[in-house]
Amino acid sequence: MDIYWDSIFTAINLIVSFDQKLIEVFFLSFKVTIIALFISCLIGLPLGTFLATQTFKGRNLLIGIINSLMSLPPVVVGLFVYINLSRAGPFGWLGILYTPTAMIIAQIILILPIIAGLTTQIIEDLQENYNDLFISLVTPKITTIKAYIIDARYSLITVVLAGLAKGISEVGAVIIVGGNIDHLTRVMTTTITMETSKGELSLALALGIILLITSITINLIVTYKKYNIKDRYYGK
Amino acid sequence: MVSKKNTLMPIKVKKLNFEKGQRKLLTDISCEIKAKGITIILGPNGAGKTLFLKFLHGLISDSSSEVTFANKTLNKSIRKQQSMVFQSPILLRRSVFKNISFALQQRTKIINKEKILKVLKRVDLLNLVNENAILLSGGEKQRLSLARAIVTLPKVLFLDEATSNLDPYSIQIIEKIIKEVNKQGTKVIAVTHDLLQAKRLANDIIFINKGRMCEFTGAKIFFSKPKSREGKLFMAGKLIV
Repeated sequence: MDIYWDSIFTAINLIVSFDQKLIEVFFLSFKVTIIALFISCLIGLPLGTFLATQTFKGRNLLIGIINSLMSLPPVVVGLFVYINLSRAGPFGWLGILYTPTAMIIAQIILILPIIAGLTTQIIEDLQENYNDLFISLVTPKITTIKAYIIDARYSLITVVLAGLAKGISEVGAVIIVGGNIDHLTRVMTTTITMETSKGELSLALALGIILLITSITINLIVTYKKYNIKDRYYGK
Repeated sequence: MVSKKNTLMPIKVKKLNFEKGQRKLLTDISCEIKAKGITIILGPNGAGKTLFLKFLHGLISDSSSEVTFANKTLNKSIRKQQSMVFQSPILLRRSVFKNISFALQQRTKIINKEKILKVLKRVDLLNLVNENAILLSGGEKQRLSLARAIVTLPKVLFLDEATSNLDPYSIQIIEKIIKEVNKQGTKVIAVTHDLLQAKRLANDIIFINKGRMCEFTGAKIFFSKPKSREGKLFMAGKLIV
């Protein structure tokens, strides 16, 4: 049990002493994930809504592919991005391998299918209800997509949280494309992996506790806010 | 107010057929609706009334059938001059005001606050203007649906059993407004299986049974002496689907 107490004390010590390294990896972790999440939402929310509301040839196949991509193994994504961004790869000329940009790209590939796939399912349910009204009002497609996103906003917050959880907890892809370089691409999860391999279990567990607390806190705040606004608007 | 001369009349339906799987839901329906009054589509449950109304409004289309308004095939520009109230109110998850403003914006591109408040007063929902539409009672929801439908001053108003399961107060308001908008020049086509309501509102009756139009006649004639066998059985409460 000592290891747990050691870890808790180490974690508290790291936080109260404003450990420079901890602050650096902490903020880089969130910077990478928040940017990846933002871009994924920007693409995934309209894409999911479009797939849920429009009919075209190959739609079901596309939805099937997106749903399959929701369970992409991060190491495979990491490898795929690595090959494409390495000097010999098609995008090697960009010179972004082992940078936070490469980590953001890898996370977008992991988060985007979750955002698009779950959005499709949520909007499909809403569409069954709204479809006749929008046909009757002769509502333009772009307006219907906007209306679906606005009206499903409370459910979509959960989708965004699922994307955040995927990004912040991910290690397999970012360690391959980021390389875990100190002061450049080292994030919480890659630091935990590194410290564990070094045998520094207390420090690894301390970082894990900090990551866990931060993640839970964000989820609790967002969920509380979501229900607070929802209750005010819809009643309890 | 809608111009008294309704530019979407007459409404013509030619050989309307619709089947789902092996079931023929509408069979060879052809008619010409000329009169500007209130046309009631009457028939037992499952007769195909709602389906017929959806065809008229263009919610469903079929390449073999033709629906024309003022001798022009039903298209988006014609549909923009129509409105529909659905049997189960379809309301956006927004405030009462925003539900109306959304519809108005689709037609006029302008949100006229005064116009919205006026229509809400007409359906007695002015005190609920900022309430969430989802939280309204069944009657309030349907009155809001009607307000949304008439705020755009449609030339044709379709109502699909708009008063089924509503309280007498809501039914009274809805029927009063239906009569008023019709007097102002809007053609009203409503589906019901409520004989008393049909008697109160109808100028003419389209009677449908098992997907076939059995009778299209004036309301007075239909209620005193229906021409079709099915019509007679329906009036006597003996028609079994």
